[in-house]
Amino acid sequence: MSTIFWITVSGAILTYLTRIGGYLVISRFNQLHPRVEAGLNAVPVAVLTTLFAPAVVDGGPVEWATLAVAAAIAFSGRSFLIMFLIATAVLVALRQFTG
Amino acid sequence: MALEAEAIPRNEFLEGAALSMPIILGVAPFGALFGMVAIQQGFTVAEAVFMSASVYGGASQLVGVDLFGSRVAPWLIVLSIFAVNFRHVLYSAAVGRHFARWPLMRQAIAYFLLVDPMFAESERRVSRGQTLHFTWYMGMAIPIYVSWVLATWIGATFGPLIPNAHAIGLDFILPLYFFCIVLTFRTRANWLPIAAASAVSSVVAFHTIGSPWHVTIGAVAGVIVGALMPGAGAAQPEETEGGNL
Repeated sequence: MSTIFWITVSGAILTYLTRIGGYLVISRFNQLHPRVEAGLNAVPVAVLTTLFAPAVVDGGPVEWATLAVAAAIAFSGRSFLIMFLIATAVLVALRQFTG
Repeated sequence: MALEAEAIPRNEFLEGAALSMPIILGVAPFGALFGMVAIQQGFTVAEAVFMSASVYGGASQLVGVDLFGSRVAPWLIVLSIFAVNFRHVLYSAAVGRHFARWPLMRQAIAYFLLVDPMFAESERRVSRGQTLHFTWYMGMAIPIYVSWVLATWIGATFGPLIPNAHAIGLDFILPLYFFCIVLTFRTRANWLPIAAASAVSSVVAFHTIGSPWHVTIGAVAGVIVGALMPGAGAAQPEETEGGNL
């Protein structure tokens, strides 16, 4: 078997371990400390923010305008889907002018 | 109220599948890009597709093929794939609390498919007090998985024919998507300080240490802030909101 094959298989096994690992560790405890609980509840915001923050900073007026529209819609109390669809439309429209 | 709606599962699979559609728009060009790059770095089409189907983690796969092309020692490539995917430990710790009621085999499958958008939508569903059903989960997860593998094959096979994703805005779809998801979490405890800590540290790390390490560094910073904020010690676990456990 090739090097690529073994890199892939090892990478896949380790990746699967990361995907079950957190739960395997947490499930050993009957009672979570409230601060651990608070830390876990912070995970979605903490991780998902890192998936857009650099792209926002490196973006330009088009990207910033798109995010401003999304934020305005969010704070006006509209649903997630409406926010995402309108913001996407704004992004695509603005890209037509800027290339 | 939520209880009655949950008692009769509507077509949960289709509901999940609908949520996968915007994700596929962002994921497919990325998968095609991976397929194209993998071929350039000396992978065969079968090897590229096999990696997408087994590792199933976009950023880590790109790092992997990139390092392979620069003749880095294999164990270091594997270690890098692991490091890029380390954030999933946090995902499984957080969302695993809601998988725990499923049969073991279903949990094993769900964890394999636990990519960023699956985690995001699962948390959003739990936040709204809805029960996390396996059927719903698979309805969203299967189309994304199939698209990812298929896009890899298309990119590896027809690489140079792929249209410019930037011109139609596809390169910013996933950042925009995650931005919108984070906005929907704004009523969570300490939302702003957590997001701010995570944003600042990930951007600094992105420009100093470099991608993809900014993800782990930013995530850890945000989680620490969330755990240490005054009042966090008395925080309510949010699954009590829905009352449907």
